[in-house]
Amino acid sequence: MLKKLASCIGEYKRPSILAPLFVMLECVLEVLIPWLMSYIIDHGIEKGDIRLVVAIGILLTFLVVLSMFCGAMSGRYAAIASAGFAKNLRKKMFHSVQDFSFSNIDKFSTPGLVTRLTTDVANLQNSYQMVIRIAFRCPAMLIFSLSMAFFVNSRVALIFLAIIPVLGGGLILIATKAHPIFEKVFKTYDRLNRVVRENLRGMRVVKAFVREAFEEEKFKTVSKEIYDKFSSAERLLSFNAPLMQSCMYICMLLIAWFGSKLIVAGDMTQGNLVSLISYTNQILMSLMSFSMIFVTLTISKASAERITEVLSEVSDLSDGKENICEVKDGSIEFKDVSFSYNKSKNSLCLKNISFSINSGETIGIIGATGSAKSSLVQLIPRLYDACSGTVLLGGRDVKEYNLKALRDNVSMVLQKNELFSGTIAENLRWGKEDATEEEMIHACQLAQADDFINSFPDKYNTHIEQGGKNVSGGQKQRLCIARALLKNPKVLILDDSTSAVDTQTDSLIRSSFAKEIPNITKIIIAQRISSIQHADRIIVMENGEISAFAPHEELLETNRIYREIYESQQREVIGNE
Amino acid sequence: MSRPRGAMHISKRPKDTKGTLSRLLSYIFGSYRLHLAAVLIFIIISSVTGVRGSMFVRTVLDNYVTPMLKTGSRDFSPLFLAVLQMLGIYVAGVLSTFLYNRIMIIVGQGVLRDIRDDMFAKMQKLPLSYFDTHSHGDTMSRYTNDADTLRQMITQSIPHTFSSVITIISVLVAMISTSIPLTLVVLCIVALILLVSKKITGRSSGFFVAQQKSLGGVNGFIEEHINGQKVVKVFCHEEKAKADFDKLNEELCQNATNANVLANILMPIMGNLGHLQYVLLAMAGGILAILGVPGITVGIIAAFLQLSRSFTMPISHMSQQINSIIMALAGAERIFELVDESPETYGGTVSLVKADEVDGKLSEVSKRTGIWAWKKPLEDGTYSYTRLSGDVLLENVNFGYTPEKTVLHDISIFAKPGQKIALVGATGAGKTTITNLLTHFYDINDGKIFYDGINISDIKKSDLRMSLGMVLQDTHLFTGTVMENIRYGRLDATDEEVYEAARLANADGFIRMLSDGYNTVLKSGGEGLSQGQRQLLAIARAAIADPPVMILDEATSSIDTRTERIVQKGMDSLMQGRTVFVIAHRLSTIQNSDVIMVMDGGKIIERGDHDKLIAERGRYYSLYTGSFDADEE
Repeated sequence: MLKKLASCIGEYKRPSILAPLFVMLECVLEVLIPWLMSYIIDHGIEKGDIRLVVAIGILLTFLVVLSMFCGAMSGRYAAIASAGFAKNLRKKMFHSVQDFSFSNIDKFSTPGLVTRLTTDVANLQNSYQMVIRIAFRCPAMLIFSLSMAFFVNSRVALIFLAIIPVLGGGLILIATKAHPIFEKVFKTYDRLNRVVRENLRGMRVVKAFVREAFEEEKFKTVSKEIYDKFSSAERLLSFNAPLMQSCMYICMLLIAWFGSKLIVAGDMTQGNLVSLISYTNQILMSLMSFSMIFVTLTISKASAERITEVLSEVSDLSDGKENICEVKDGSIEFKDVSFSYNKSKNSLCLKNISFSINSGETIGIIGATGSAKSSLVQLIPRLYDACSGTVLLGGRDVKEYNLKALRDNVSMVLQKNELFSGTIAENLRWGKEDATEEEMIHACQLAQADDFINSFPDKYNTHIEQGGKNVSGGQKQRLCIARALLKNPKVLILDDSTSAVDTQTDSLIRSSFAKEIPNITKIIIAQRISSIQHADRIIVMENGEISAFAPHEELLETNRIYREIYESQQREVIGNE
Repeated sequence: MSRPRGAMHISKRPKDTKGTLSRLLSYIFGSYRLHLAAVLIFIIISSVTGVRGSMFVRTVLDNYVTPMLKTGSRDFSPLFLAVLQMLGIYVAGVLSTFLYNRIMIIVGQGVLRDIRDDMFAKMQKLPLSYFDTHSHGDTMSRYTNDADTLRQMITQSIPHTFSSVITIISVLVAMISTSIPLTLVVLCIVALILLVSKKITGRSSGFFVAQQKSLGGVNGFIEEHINGQKVVKVFCHEEKAKADFDKLNEELCQNATNANVLANILMPIMGNLGHLQYVLLAMAGGILAILGVPGITVGIIAAFLQLSRSFTMPISHMSQQINSIIMALAGAERIFELVDESPETYGGTVSLVKADEVDGKLSEVSKRTGIWAWKKPLEDGTYSYTRLSGDVLLENVNFGYTPEKTVLHDISIFAKPGQKIALVGATGAGKTTITNLLTHFYDINDGKIFYDGINISDIKKSDLRMSLGMVLQDTHLFTGTVMENIRYGRLDATDEEVYEAARLANADGFIRMLSDGYNTVLKSGGEGLSQGQRQLLAIARAAIADPPVMILDEATSSIDTRTERIVQKGMDSLMQGRTVFVIAHRLSTIQNSDVIMVMDGGKIIERGDHDKLIAERGRYYSLYTGSFDADEE
């Protein structure tokens, strides 16, 4: 895991090394200050030598300025290194997600991926910054101060050897005990959020069933649980400050007691006593920060693991071996194809499918939800790979094509489609980057989108908000179809892409397809019989198998499932839009 | 320790700092007055102990060591006593620190819990229109981000600030009483420290805003592209996405570096200014001592070195706390905003009671009889009872969600008990709006709605809604078992009644096929169930409530036609013997309705039963035959 993450430091190795170097230099300088101070007291003040006081004072001032410089530089380099590290992490993750296959994407949930790219990266950025600066500063400070304390007076310094394990052990113990409780607190917080979210989403249901009081009880239970758990975690942490204080005070008293004895005996100077007290401060404070780092690192461990998961995911789709870029025509053939999303033979969602489609044909696909209609067509542009059997396009195995060429020639309008923030024209140009205005208008006319686009004040420059929230469902679908048409593909697949379009517009789209793009193979998945009954042939899917493949009239006579669907829709009109 | 959070929120300043603060304080002082008094005392003890400790070095050196060196005495017993006495003081200090930390936990968590509970309770009372205008994310963040900053402020910032103030005051007193010239040196340096920190934070806040902005940009880009990742792939747009992302990412890195450099150098600069103060003190003190200024001894210099540390630390702490206090107050303001929203009005005085009918006379009973009655208080203190039967009448109703735009124009509908009323028409014709008015989710602008002859504005809203059952297109199941979800319709239903409702809704079969049957836990609104199965559960949930009036709003429109047949059976048995309002765009669902209303643009343009409307050859006729029109092209 660490190796994977470390590789993201990349070009930021220099600041990553300079930051700890400077911080350690700062420590050395800081540790010298109390010692020189005691020198002022013993040799300057005690002996009444003003020149020495001033001389050492100036030296000290110089050291402080130097230490300030080192500290600032270390801060600067740590900022550069951690921001760069975060940038590389994000970049590497985003790029590898772009290279994912559909089945790779399915493995991670969308919100999960978003969290990894945002919150988790921010966590690691913070931790990294902490590690290369404070994680070096604390032990350095501890070791240097301790050495100086021994240098000043080794007998008194023994006190530290006794107190460091007590404080360090105590702090770590508290942190390790508190951490699991905090984990539980966060889990309960998630539950609280869930209750609120479900309540917000289902507000109409809550109100319709008059369940406000019930919901309030539900919330209060979780709320109380958070109160209890959070309090008990904080109660543990509340030992931190007193523990720190006790150790500090004990050190002071012991140093004062033994120090006085030594001074009176002439084995130590007054200045030495003052510097030892300063070292007490530095030693104990560095222990305190150490336990804080420990906590932060434990928390960000989970983030690091989640990020590594994405970075180690290997994309399982690749360009075809032959890397053919030319697709001859839009003919399609399935030869004994089986497919399952989790690659297991037991839960096949397509079973031994064989059929062939001629170039330029219009094919309808119909079947109940879950009958694997979408799975079937997704194999053509290799969104997924078949487990066994071959899918042929233009007479060649789809696996032989260059992936980009294949997907450019097989244009698919997905069921769950998305527009991106930007103008309508920008969205359309996803289909063809250098599309002219005429080409765009033509595609939109085919998709029956031109009219409504022109009704917007900014026409093709109308801004689409994130997720296409400012256009209706039917308009969005038509824009997606236009976008797919712009590719000028050999095969066009519409996966339930006109479900929110009213019947009349739907039929206009179909007739314009028939007139204007007769050479493109068109595969249309639909719920409505009316959307596909004019297709050349219709595939009826049932539980991952082809129940029939024939024109409308023939199916009505021979296929029970088709007839049932037809009859159930005979009396139906969609008044949508 | 606080939960790791990704994007820091841009610190928004509260609009009314003073008002929010005083309100928050009244929240805290309201229930925790004694706690806070104790905290105050303990903080004072703890701070004073700290200051006393800093002075101890001086006491040891000046009062014991120097005299012993001078006199050559070797009697350590007075020093031992002094150490013992100090030990006593220290113990009191440590105990006080422990106690005030403990008490603050009770106060902090308690206040937070009170605020949380108040907020949720208030949210339940808000009218639906509030949720139309406020995004869920915005409301959610009040429970998470805002509440969290508030907790940190109460448990950390407030006691810290408080103890800082006390420490600063007592150190200042101690310093002045020890040596005025040295105090002046300390004050000069402190002024310098404050100036520098203000300069740096002032400059960095601009960079932080820039960082937040580009972080928002990057995160938005990530969210959009990950959500549409499959589209990106279908259009082979990966390389373009990478290039666009790299540009944004690079910019973020630049801004993050700028912001963090300043933030990072602040600490070492402040720390080293502290050292500088240390050095200057030693120099000044040394020179003064050598020059023989009275009252400056080695002990005093040593004490000052310690004191100056206890002085600068709380000051730089405080300047850091101020920012988080301001942020927390902004959060508190947003929380109070929600708490202050005006709640949905309670409705009228007519309530729904269980009743029994003896010899044609209704009387209130405590047991469920299947008969319900509207109980209306009369002026003489007695009540009149009207049997709940499901007679609904809308009279010349006008309505708009906003005053500018009327969506329903002069709507009149009457439904006799047991009738099935269908509303058809295009999206936006106002069908759902009518059901929103029946449930009194919104108030009508003009006209009247009567329910069993009673104006619904006279009926208590909760009781009105209890008499209406709803099945919506969006099912909204809750996390919990299947059993709990069905029981949501009637909380006191027995298991047996739940099974029966499920059977009625045609859901029993598939529920028993689930891994744990009725005890299967549904996650995130029924993940893993098909749309049709979720809908069946929603129907069972409505069935168990057994209301006399049902509203079915597009309940089957997102189900494919074959699945719909199964759901339809459940619906049909649910509709038996009730007044039903059905909204559907599949005409097959509503063909057998008693009355069909065809709506367009917020008006009813046709009404009548199927045969009548077909015979009229109007809009309904063209809708009904429309699908076949398209095929003739």
